Amino acid sequence: MNVLEVDVEEKRFPSPARGGGTHTAIAKLQFAVPKGEFTCILGPSGSGKTTLLQLISGLDEHFDGVIRVAGVAPRDAPPMGYMFQSPRLMPWMTVLDNVMLFASAEAKARGAPRAILERMELGSFLDTYPNRLSGGMQRRVALARAFVNNPPLLLLDEPFISLDIPVALRLRELLLNQWADHASTILFVTHDLREAIHLGDRILFMSSSPGRIVLDHKIKLPRPRTAEGAEVDEYRQHLLEQHPALLDGIREMEAQAAVGTDARTTATR
Amino acid sequence: MTIGVGTRGRAAHPLASNLGLSGPWSRVLSLVALVVLWKIGSGYANPLVLPAPEIVAADWWKILWSGDLGRNVGVTLYRAAISFFIAMALGSAIGLVLGRMPRMNHFFDGWVLLGLNMPALVVGILCYIWFGLTDLALILAVVLNKVPLVAITVREGAQAVQPELLQVGQAFRLSRIKMLRRVLLPQMYPYFMASARSGLALIWKIVLVFELLGRSDGVGFQLAVNFQLFYVHRVLAYALSFIGVVMLIEAVIIRPMERRATRWRL
Repeated sequence: MNVLEVDVEEKRFPSPARGGGTHTAIAKLQFAVPKGEFTCILGPSGSGKTTLLQLISGLDEHFDGVIRVAGVAPRDAPPMGYMFQSPRLMPWMTVLDNVMLFASAEAKARGAPRAILERMELGSFLDTYPNRLSGGMQRRVALARAFVNNPPLLLLDEPFISLDIPVALRLRELLLNQWADHASTILFVTHDLREAIHLGDRILFMSSSPGRIVLDHKIKLPRPRTAEGAEVDEYRQHLLEQHPALLDGIREMEAQAAVGTDARTTATR
Repeated sequence: MTIGVGTRGRAAHPLASNLGLSGPWSRVLSLVALVVLWKIGSGYANPLVLPAPEIVAADWWKILWSGDLGRNVGVTLYRAAISFFIAMALGSAIGLVLGRMPRMNHFFDGWVLLGLNMPALVVGILCYIWFGLTDLALILAVVLNKVPLVAITVREGAQAVQPELLQVGQAFRLSRIKMLRRVLLPQMYPYFMASARSGLALIWKIVLVFELLGRSDGVGFQLAVNFQLFYVHRVLAYALSFIGVVMLIEAVIIRPMERRATRWRL
């Protein structure tokens, strides 16, 4: 059964830069995600990845096309888990309250908020305020928040961007454990091909604007995989050789990302 | 060379700390110094114009035991409190609407400006003319004076709300009521506190003026009577009592609230 079905004909934004014209962010984008799959979406910045997640989550309902989450429109679907590019925690609430606020009555009844924070190794920081935590710890709180209700679908929008490599790898590990234990369905947006190969069952490559899917690739690498191992690098090399057209796109994307990361970090301040 | 009367903690000037001018006692000491200055000054002045501190204290003791002080301060406090809560509630609601809805803001901005620039006295006079010399007219006048001030502060707060955090609430399908109480309002808390603080300082002063203008009880009325009798000692006794009450409210209610709400900073 597909947890997610996407068929977006077109998504436009008004574009002040073009004097009242519009900018087409997404065009003719179709895919489906079966239950339990870890799907990565890879695309250059500006390819409409974040826009796509906003359409799926129901945050933005103005587009041509159909999106079905668990068989219904996003707004009628059970709440999804969402992790943004920055942690976006409520600074006036303690770590525990930040998760509690978003926990369903059912999740609270079985003590999920505390349990998941303990799994994220935040057990001794329950009463701490977010601004006293490191960036990596804040992401762990955001990850706990996204998972607390065991949502049918999790949307992660470049959640581990601008972190030190060891911290990012630890978070990936926590995410994979959580995914394996709860049979969650995950849609993970990234611009890092290595990250996608390490984490995903499948990668959807998006074109630059207007975004559409140019390649739908199932990853044939057995789990568990090691992030820093040679296998991921070899797989990446192999994939790029098989699809030479991707090669240019990926290089460009990595160059953009190096610049884009800085821009985004300052933007979230 | 300045002596750090107002400096806190260990950073105080060594001389200042030797003299005991830092720490919790500095405030008491500075108040005592003020009274001493007053006493010295009163020695040179006509006692009718500037009575000595002990004369004012004796008179304060007298009106305290006669019950006049308690009754008048009580009445004024009651009027100030009611006006305060109505003005805060109304001003906050208006500020929230203006801050969150640009069209409403655009339309009503002129009204707010008008309200801000209307002299307090004019509002008071008009209310007494329209509604008679009643408590209702007084409270209405005070509220009308304060509401625009609360509204612009809260409006600023509502405009400073981070859309990213609201989006989190939307993505996780928070109920409207939780969104308001747990996500929107906490971001505006500093602005509520700022207007509560300035409200406390402003409202009781306006209440006194309006009591003087059109009521026959309360501290403002007593000040008017004693002004006409040239009882400067009693004017000072009433004024100082009321200042004391307001400072107590600030220390016992406002400051602890502020401390609790800003615990997460730092």
